[in-house]
Amino acid sequence: MERSAAMICARFIGIGLLAGILSGCTGLQSPLAPAGAQAGSLFSLLQLMTWVCGIMYALVLVFLGWSIVRVMRHTGGDDAPTVDPADRGLNRSMLAWGALIVIGLTVLASASFLVDRHLGSLRGEEVLRVRVTGHQWWWRIAYQDAATGRWIETANELHLPAGRTARIELGSSDVIHSFWVPNVAGKLDVIPGRANSIDLTPHRIGWFRGQCAEFCGAQHAHMAFDVKIESPAEFARWLSVQARPATPPENPVLVRGAAIVAQGACAMCHAVRGTAATGRPGPDLTHVGSRRSIAAGTLTMSRGALQGWIANPRALKPGTTMPTVPLDGADADAVAAYLESLK
Amino acid sequence: MIALPMPEDAADRRARLEKTWADPKGVWGFLTTVDHKRIAARYIVTVIALMFLAGMLGLHMRLQLAFPDLKILGPQMYNETFSLHGSTMLFLVSVPVMEAMAIWLVPLMLGQRGMAYPRLAAFSYWMYLGGVMMLWVPHALGITPDLGWFEYPPLSGPGYSPGHRADIWAQMITFTEVAALAASVNIVATIIKLRPPGMTLARMPMFLWAMLVASLMTIFALPAVMLVTSMLISDRLVSTHFFAPAGGGDALLFQHLFWFFGHPEVYIIFVPAIGFVTAIVETFSRRTIFGHTALVLSVLSIGVLAFGLWVHHMFAVGLPRLGNAFYTAASMAIALPAGLQIFCWIATLWSGRPRFATPLLWVIGFILTFVVGGLSGIMTASAPLDLQLTDTYFIVAHFHYVLVGGAMFPLIGALCYWYPKATGRMMSERWGIVAFALVFGGFNLGFFPMHILGLEGMPRRIYTYSAGMGWGPLNLVATIGSAASILGGLVLVGNAWISRKHGTLAGANPWDGPSLEWAALSPPPTYNFEYTPVVESIAPLWTAKDGLPVMTGAGVDRREVVVTSAIDGVPLYRHKGAQPSIWPLVAAVATTIMFVASIFTPWAVAWGAVPIGAALTGWFWPQRPRARTGPLRTRAR
Repeated sequence: MERSAAMICARFIGIGLLAGILSGCTGLQSPLAPAGAQAGSLFSLLQLMTWVCGIMYALVLVFLGWSIVRVMRHTGGDDAPTVDPADRGLNRSMLAWGALIVIGLTVLASASFLVDRHLGSLRGEEVLRVRVTGHQWWWRIAYQDAATGRWIETANELHLPAGRTARIELGSSDVIHSFWVPNVAGKLDVIPGRANSIDLTPHRIGWFRGQCAEFCGAQHAHMAFDVKIESPAEFARWLSVQARPATPPENPVLVRGAAIVAQGACAMCHAVRGTAATGRPGPDLTHVGSRRSIAAGTLTMSRGALQGWIANPRALKPGTTMPTVPLDGADADAVAAYLESLK
Repeated sequence: MIALPMPEDAADRRARLEKTWADPKGVWGFLTTVDHKRIAARYIVTVIALMFLAGMLGLHMRLQLAFPDLKILGPQMYNETFSLHGSTMLFLVSVPVMEAMAIWLVPLMLGQRGMAYPRLAAFSYWMYLGGVMMLWVPHALGITPDLGWFEYPPLSGPGYSPGHRADIWAQMITFTEVAALAASVNIVATIIKLRPPGMTLARMPMFLWAMLVASLMTIFALPAVMLVTSMLISDRLVSTHFFAPAGGGDALLFQHLFWFFGHPEVYIIFVPAIGFVTAIVETFSRRTIFGHTALVLSVLSIGVLAFGLWVHHMFAVGLPRLGNAFYTAASMAIALPAGLQIFCWIATLWSGRPRFATPLLWVIGFILTFVVGGLSGIMTASAPLDLQLTDTYFIVAHFHYVLVGGAMFPLIGALCYWYPKATGRMMSERWGIVAFALVFGGFNLGFFPMHILGLEGMPRRIYTYSAGMGWGPLNLVATIGSAASILGGLVLVGNAWISRKHGTLAGANPWDGPSLEWAALSPPPTYNFEYTPVVESIAPLWTAKDGLPVMTGAGVDRREVVVTSAIDGVPLYRHKGAQPSIWPLVAAVATTIMFVASIFTPWAVAWGAVPIGAALTGWFWPQRPRARTGPLRTRAR
């Protein structure tokens, strides 16, 4: 876990003991380890709020503790209840307390307003457009090819160039989802029938993770995606690879795999550009082998994982719309090998 | 306690009152009773059973999340579990239990013999029971709603949730909301028109103010959710397209209507707790509450503000930023009245001579936890920051701190406080402290780590997570804490169960409380009070040193309550109270048939109205001789 985030975790709870437990925090998907401009200003706002609220809580604790200690010292004596004892000191204290609350709220509301303005201040700038569509339970991601204006599709892996603002245009093909990459920015709901867009300005290079944040059905827990923030040059290289059609198979096993994918059940839902597979309902597989994970962040990419996923997707992700396609052992091997080769 | 103003054969009078107010014997009496104490006791027993069941559901979820990648509950079971847990706790526990406390306490605090509408109170319970069965009987049969406690379309629409799970959830809400509206109307009418002579608005205890405001809020907020769930049912049953974008509907309309109810709902749960806390702080500090006026104004302002901030549940849906800024300010503004309340309670402790019995311990526990929930509420009220916090475990922590710390701790304190009044026996203080330590410690251990989990990016409503996310250790701590607090709950219930028979006798006023319910016997007889007390201050039992003055004239051989003027509490006339009646139950059964059938066929709304009409006709059939009501002075014997 990143150092500053660890400090904030500890500061937030104010109990050093729990710091040991917190060292488990990876910072891969955390608002506490900002890697983008939006998350950075939200993190500052969180720190301010934590301080102000922490001080207010401490005041309540002191006042409560003090009053308990004070009355415990004065035990004994007359126990008859008193009705309406006048206490001008307390009246004045109440006004002071109310004023303190108003000041605190004014500070926080103003800070909140300023941060909100900052989040919206990028409107109108030249940005990288990315289309992200939520599906039960995966993400379709599309980039515009600068040369041709054509949209290049991929799935479940978002690449962003550091230092440049990307405008994510959100759409849903079914129910409400929520797009959230906490290290870079806050979340925004993906609502059918509404065009939402969110700006992401990443500045720290590395792998991060995003996850659906609005309950969307059985596999809400497995609707994640990887996020790679890379240098603009690296990003351009990646995008040019993604724009290409699939690599043709190079050996007999891969040829067999390609044939099964293009002519079998896979092609009903999946597209492999440059082949006969042009299905739209499922994720585009043209460069699936280059991705870090499969099934929307459920499994780490490997030939074994691909094979297991194809053999019985509903065992790994109960409720998924991907059906089990009956394939014998050799065919399944060939399909997995082919998909893995689609770099 | 009560000084008799005229010599009379007290025993004979009590026997006549007993005869007038007694229920019929046996099962018939059980089904026809309109005694507010019996009805409220039923509510509370049902709620405690449900709280246990829903608590076990919560523990089941915690077990599934205790370690990464567990398979104790699959995705479907997990989704059903959190849906049933949330729906039960919000709709069948939190709101009804506050109404139940009011149905039990309000007439006693008013020195009255009954509610304004006794049969409506009975109807309210039967409808509530219908709602409980609407949700839990299908669950026993394996049909459980699985889309959370706020079933957003289109996920809950016909396209994505075939079958009847979503209908069951939606119709359960209709049941509970009818029950809540019936109870609220009754509470409002009782507080406004049945105050004892001399109890002007200025002398009204805080609890009655709190219940008045909460009930008025219920009346204004609940129609929105009944409307929205009915629209959902009609989308599902007769293909209207209120929420279907493809058909020109809007998925967000559901969220607006739901949260227009849903946010006031939180305060409908919390405001009665303000009443409990004030009553307990006052009695145990041995002084009248500091800042009574400030407290009343703060509750009134919360009641108004609560309707202007529902959008803070929807900051992430992409509404215009300027509007969000308004809702941020409105939501944060709640901190002012809530902060002043905290001040008044602590100031009362500060300037009093507190006795630290268990009810007061629960209040201190309430302050310690509720303030955390309030402060995390300020964080989530910030529109931009909420984009990082909403739908994560930070929110799970926040609303448990507010609802458990802010409403359930005061409720438990209230149950301990009024337990001797209801049963005539004291609960064990020692076991009370054990229960408090387990619940308070377990709750904080269980739910505080969730703030951090949320800040580490753990979303809500996920049935599992992988070890690589690093969320394992804090989840384990949360599970251990939750288990400890459930254990504490069992100790509490065990203590109450055993003390019922074996506790020391309480007497009328064991805590030396200031309000009128402590003038009645413990447990109160069916008729509550022999004479209608007359109130001369805000703490009548503390100021009337020589016994409480009373008013004579209310009937002995006929069920009567005294109606007074709304502001000054001037006696106006005697109102004939209702006799035990089977019609509330019949009407509730007829309504149940209509509600259940209408998730299968829209025609049920038409033919189902016939038995309801028949039941209501029986209910309102004029009883002769006509009610002999009239101004009190002309009714003097």
